[in-house]
Amino acid sequence: MAAKIDPMHQFTVEPLVPLHIGKYDISFTTSSLWLLVALAVIFGFMALGMRRELVPGRWQVAVEGITGFVDDMVRVNIGPEGKKYVPYIFSLFMFILVSNLLGLLPLGVIPGLHSFTTTSHFSITGVLAILSFSIVLIVGFWRHKLHFFSLFVPHGTPAVMVPLIAAIEFISFMVRPFSLGLRLFVAMIAGHILMEVFGSFIVSGLNGGPVGIGVGVLSFLFIVGVAALELLVCAIQAYVFALLTTLYLNDAINLH
Amino acid sequence: MDFASAQVIGAGLAAIGVGAAAVGVGNVFGSFLESALRNPAAADSQQGRLFIGFAAAELLGLIAFAVAMIILYAR
Repeated sequence: MAAKIDPMHQFTVEPLVPLHIGKYDISFTTSSLWLLVALAVIFGFMALGMRRELVPGRWQVAVEGITGFVDDMVRVNIGPEGKKYVPYIFSLFMFILVSNLLGLLPLGVIPGLHSFTTTSHFSITGVLAILSFSIVLIVGFWRHKLHFFSLFVPHGTPAVMVPLIAAIEFISFMVRPFSLGLRLFVAMIAGHILMEVFGSFIVSGLNGGPVGIGVGVLSFLFIVGVAALELLVCAIQAYVFALLTTLYLNDAINLH
Repeated sequence: MDFASAQVIGAGLAAIGVGAAAVGVGNVFGSFLESALRNPAAADSQQGRLFIGFAAAELLGLIAFAVAMIILYAR
């Protein structure tokens, strides 16, 4: 008898230290725990690589590689004025990358432990997206005042087309925070569901006679490939989130 | 047809969109590679645009997945 597959169970947020203030539930949950773990990992990674040795060791090269990568991305897409925003883009990139990778850790082999992907919840990615979007709005209105609205009318638009183009540009502008948050959240949730479903295929396949063992072995080979793909997706999603934030910032700073 | 079976069939139909997004993502990278081999000098500068195209194509597939999940777990 095959067990019922419940691929959504891994995303439940369990309270570790229940805490209530009035009607609000502010318990310390698994999600909070893994956010703290991500913070500790990033802090440790950076602290070990920022010793400013004249001849950089391996660790320092790793840290300098990532900072250089983000710095390059911002310089190419925004220009010299983007220098101010490198810290924010870098924090965003590191946080998303580390939380994605932490969620993939095979901690489930130790009984009682399992990793939790903080970025597989829209409450986290949505806040990150709103943060990026508010920074774009604030920077845009701060630098250009009401002239910022010219973002909705590209240069050289014929006068007849202006209302239509402005409406389309406005919608595409307002959709940005949703697409930004939704992409990361759904990419993470999809990968984890895929791994869970094929993982349970292995277990129920091995219990299911000669044909079942074949299915189990095939699922196992497949899941090894999927795990490698998921590592790639973690990095790509972090990169895409950082890249799109940079491009939106570029719109706000240079106005098309 | 009862609700549960209609739900599963609907989720399966919604998942077709994920395959369509796979075509889109393949198209993005395929076209990039094709033109990058014609003019390798210009390839590096276009990598940002490559990932924007990738992100846009992928998002639609992910939305199809989200719709499938909403249908599958709706009550």
